[in-house]
Amino acid sequence: MSALTSSVLSRLRPQTPAVKRVREPFRDRVFLIVVTVMLVVILALVLLPLIYIVASSFSSASAVSAGRVSFWPVEFSLRAYKEALSNPQVLRGYYNSLFYATAGTLISVTLTVAIAYPLSRKRFFGRNVLMTGLIFTMLFSGGLIPTYMVVQDLGMLNTRWALLIPNAIGVWQVIIARTFFANSIPEELHEAAMLDGASELRYLRSVVLPLSKPLLAVLTLMYVIWQWNTYFDALVYLKDPDLYPLQIVLRNMLVLNTRGVGATNMAQQMAQQQLANVLKYALIVVSSVPVLIIYPFIARHFTKGVMVGAVKG
Amino acid sequence: MAVTTRRPGPPAGATEPAGSRTDRNAFARYWHSRWTEARRSWRLYWQLYLLVVLPVLYFVVFKYVPISNAVIAFKDYNVIKGPWGSDWVGFKNFEMFFANPVFGTLLKNTFILAFYLVLASFPIPIILAIALNEIRDGWFKRSVQMITYAPYFISTVVVVSMTILILSPRIGLVNDALGLFGIPAVDFLGDPHYFRHIYVWSDVWQTTGYSAVIYMAALAGIDPALHEAAKIDGATRLQRIRHVDIPGIMPTAVIILVLGVGNMMAIGFEKAYLLQNDLNLAQSEIIPTYVYKTGLINADFSTATAVGLFNSVVNLCLLLFVNVAAKRITGKGLWG
Repeated sequence: MSALTSSVLSRLRPQTPAVKRVREPFRDRVFLIVVTVMLVVILALVLLPLIYIVASSFSSASAVSAGRVSFWPVEFSLRAYKEALSNPQVLRGYYNSLFYATAGTLISVTLTVAIAYPLSRKRFFGRNVLMTGLIFTMLFSGGLIPTYMVVQDLGMLNTRWALLIPNAIGVWQVIIARTFFANSIPEELHEAAMLDGASELRYLRSVVLPLSKPLLAVLTLMYVIWQWNTYFDALVYLKDPDLYPLQIVLRNMLVLNTRGVGATNMAQQMAQQQLANVLKYALIVVSSVPVLIIYPFIARHFTKGVMVGAVKG
Repeated sequence: MAVTTRRPGPPAGATEPAGSRTDRNAFARYWHSRWTEARRSWRLYWQLYLLVVLPVLYFVVFKYVPISNAVIAFKDYNVIKGPWGSDWVGFKNFEMFFANPVFGTLLKNTFILAFYLVLASFPIPIILAIALNEIRDGWFKRSVQMITYAPYFISTVVVVSMTILILSPRIGLVNDALGLFGIPAVDFLGDPHYFRHIYVWSDVWQTTGYSAVIYMAALAGIDPALHEAAKIDGATRLQRIRHVDIPGIMPTAVIILVLGVGNMMAIGFEKAYLLQNDLNLAQSEIIPTYVYKTGLINADFSTATAVGLFNSVVNLCLLLFVNVAAKRITGKGLWG
């Protein structure tokens, strides 16, 4: 940590410049050091729990159960990962979640664009009423049970549709998309396309969408992340374990701690308990890998999306 | 958000003097022009109207039908008779909930947790954003940003599991550390008094970096000339933060706070439910988890809907109230 700090500090010191720079006053340099130290502390607070989890997941079951692991694997072992990746429930959940994330995102992005684009056209009659109608749903909702009744009446209970449809469109995402269409696609393109005899749908498909790749990226990421991470809808609407997304499987294994115990004697039972402990750490890592893989894209695009929504929504 | 639509013809009242007949004329003319506008819009955009059919259907079916279904809060819901056919009972479901001894605890738990969360998660992102704004661009700044931002994308289930593991009395990191100082192990999750702190601070851990992004943007939007002027006047960095940066991000901060307070009662079910166990229920039972249990586990639809509706109404009132307050204070509310 101290090596990190000092190298940071050396960067903060005014370097002998090509352009002559005014040297920061003493008080400001002290202030900057304080700020840097604070940031290092924040960084450590965020990072240490993550390191602890990863370190534990690579440690042996007995070391984890004895509480001997802190920030570096003890008695390096891949046993937990082997166990996690050979567990049929986990694999099933993984597969289901991939399906929900893909299909759900496809549906969500399509529907979001389908309503956001017309709402962005200034002379689309009824846009204000429609927008108010959407925003109202953000402020007031019927609640859990009335929504459950609708899903039940539609026969979606305990089917995959229950995770794809009832929360398909986010109003926030509609606002982001509408703002993007309204501000980033020049009106002249519309006039030109109309002069060339394009229909509205043709214009949307051939001009607007190709120009909206950043927006589509943001929406896709938002919906993918949401689908991957949520467990509430599955908890409420699904009963069949074959349909469970990964998060529900994780909840059952991590939080509720229900695992079949078929041990015959004490020693075996203890070994199984130990393995169950270290398995939790591995599961946490395994389930977060897909998000980790797309994280660089998230960091690039997500921020922009947040901005669009925040600044102009 | 004002939309200016150009309407043909002279502006209203420009040609005729005011009077009751002309008022009626103006009224008729207004609706006539709206009608023309609608027809022209249809001619131009009929394809777009087709496009919105599905999404609008979605909002009607999954957002507005539930609102109408919420009528069962005032009824003795009977599955066979359906939500509208069931017998009216007036406010009985509400009265029973208010009379229930659990009501006071629920309300208190929900309010305190929500309020604590808003208070704790408001200033920290601002501090982080200002700190990041002070240091020079480079790998360190980028890493801090990337790393603090990351936990936001971890699922609630995983964050809760991590919390449980780290706080575990036997193998957890925190109790290990306490052990070094000779403090006996504490069962954090088994003690209702720790529940709120665990909930709030794990949330702060998860969302600070994400929330800071918005403030970073607000800081970047501050006119550099203000900073230059302050520098020339000999202001230190701390003084510039106090007199330039903080006023500069004030409008953003107010909106975020308003949104936070306004959504207080919509506090997440997901996390509270996961952190709950029989031991900490005294403080961890909040309205959303109670609704879930009453409605889906005990299958008492009417009561659960009444409780949920109560929550929604309180939330809406809070949002409207806070919005008015924000308008008073800053001259700016959520809706312009």
